[in-house]
Amino acid sequence: MTDPTSTPRTTALHARHDALGASFTDFGGWLMPVRYSSDLAEHRAVREAAGLFDISHMAEFDVVGADAGAYLDAALAGRLSALAIGKAKYSLLLAPSGGVIDDLIVYRLADERFLVIANAGNRAPVAAALAERVGEFAASVADVSDDYALLAVQGPRAVEVLAALDELTDVAPPVADLKYYAWSRARAFDADVLVLRTGYTGEDGFELLAPVGIAARLWDALLVAGEPVGLVPAGLAARDTLRLEAGMPLYGHELTLDTLPAQAGLGRVPVLDKPDFVGKAALEAADLTDRPVLVGLVAEGRRAGRAGYEVRTPDGDAVGEITSGALSPTLGHPIALAYVSPAHAAPGTALAIDVRGTLIPATVTTPPFYRRNA
Amino acid sequence: MTDRDALKYTAEHEWVLIEGDVATFGITDYAAEKLGDVVFVELPAIDGTVTAGQVCGEIESTKSVGELYAPVSGRVIEVNGDVDSDPALVNADAFAAWLVRVELDGEAIEGLLDRAAYDELTGGAA
Repeated sequence: MTDPTSTPRTTALHARHDALGASFTDFGGWLMPVRYSSDLAEHRAVREAAGLFDISHMAEFDVVGADAGAYLDAALAGRLSALAIGKAKYSLLLAPSGGVIDDLIVYRLADERFLVIANAGNRAPVAAALAERVGEFAASVADVSDDYALLAVQGPRAVEVLAALDELTDVAPPVADLKYYAWSRARAFDADVLVLRTGYTGEDGFELLAPVGIAARLWDALLVAGEPVGLVPAGLAARDTLRLEAGMPLYGHELTLDTLPAQAGLGRVPVLDKPDFVGKAALEAADLTDRPVLVGLVAEGRRAGRAGYEVRTPDGDAVGEITSGALSPTLGHPIALAYVSPAHAAPGTALAIDVRGTLIPATVTTPPFYRRNA
Repeated sequence: MTDRDALKYTAEHEWVLIEGDVATFGITDYAAEKLGDVVFVELPAIDGTVTAGQVCGEIESTKSVGELYAPVSGRVIEVNGDVDSDPALVNADAFAAWLVRVELDGEAIEGLLDRAAYDELTGGAA
């Protein structure tokens, strides 16, 4: 995923994070804030008020051309040509084997223009696959990741934060009319900004795509605008527990090159009645009978199963492996995502997590573990 | 405030206070910071023995699991029930949130670091 020989890169906001006392971690080739003070407090702030995340490490691709929609239909698993201008859609970039190169979100900016946001650690393979798949299509793909910062404002009070952000002007359509998985154009600090109503926390919220040159000013202004409603800067530790509670997959954990979408519960993302797309033939031919499937596990107590821990039957027979797990900060009990054999995947099935030699009883459930009040 | 000069340290980031034949230990603020919010501690049983350099418990944070190494050998006479019920105390003040108290076995205590050596190990960050 990451080039191990390179030193981690830093975002345009690194000095801001440092000044706020952040601890850092290497994530996808980037040195990113893991927490500022307390990851539990940051998690709670996002559930109850709002959090501000620097996610500028994410990769952005600009797809332009008369065939842009048809090209994405062939390159990705979903039917992006049918996406309305102003809307966004979750999709998958598949290998010819049907395995997942990356999961990504596609925003339709215009009839012949799309924005694709991919995971930081997959920037190079995504760039390579997207470029290779252009072929005869009248479309071009540009990796514009280095031109943009991406700031996520997430939480039930995110709308109020943007409303209080005087520096953000000309929001069209206005935030009040902006639905989830849709986007608006806006202006800030004499630059064009995209306001994307998407996120990775299970809460309402926005991701602001802005030129790197205004990133620090936008970050500062957001902290000031959000302070009255309880907005705090939040790091990757909180982002991970938030997305886990929301049952959202993390590439490298729930999704890999060896994962078929249906195993991950994403069987409806690929549109198999499209003429053709990379991975289609493999998906149609795949025999899923014995392939492990992604399930949720809930347990009691406070000892959490972690990525890599074995999942067993109550009698001790190995039936799977955890891909992500934590003591849920919101729910107060351990939760995990795990791949288990289909025979043990029915909701309500009693299983056990091998926590370093101790079997902790766990019950199969269907993610998400947490769902916000609509 | 804890007098940090009066403590000894391990390379695995425990602190220990030795008073006569009783030793009290916990994890350092450096370790607590690296772990993040502590949500669970598994401490040794009362009357059990711990051996210097051996794992005697676990510290779990939201993000990871850390092992608790015994800095000294002896019999466990007390564990901190307050931390057991409120693990966040470790993050609030790692030097106040002692974990285990042991009666020393009388063997020579070896391999501990003084404050200067420990601060050097952790880059003086603690």
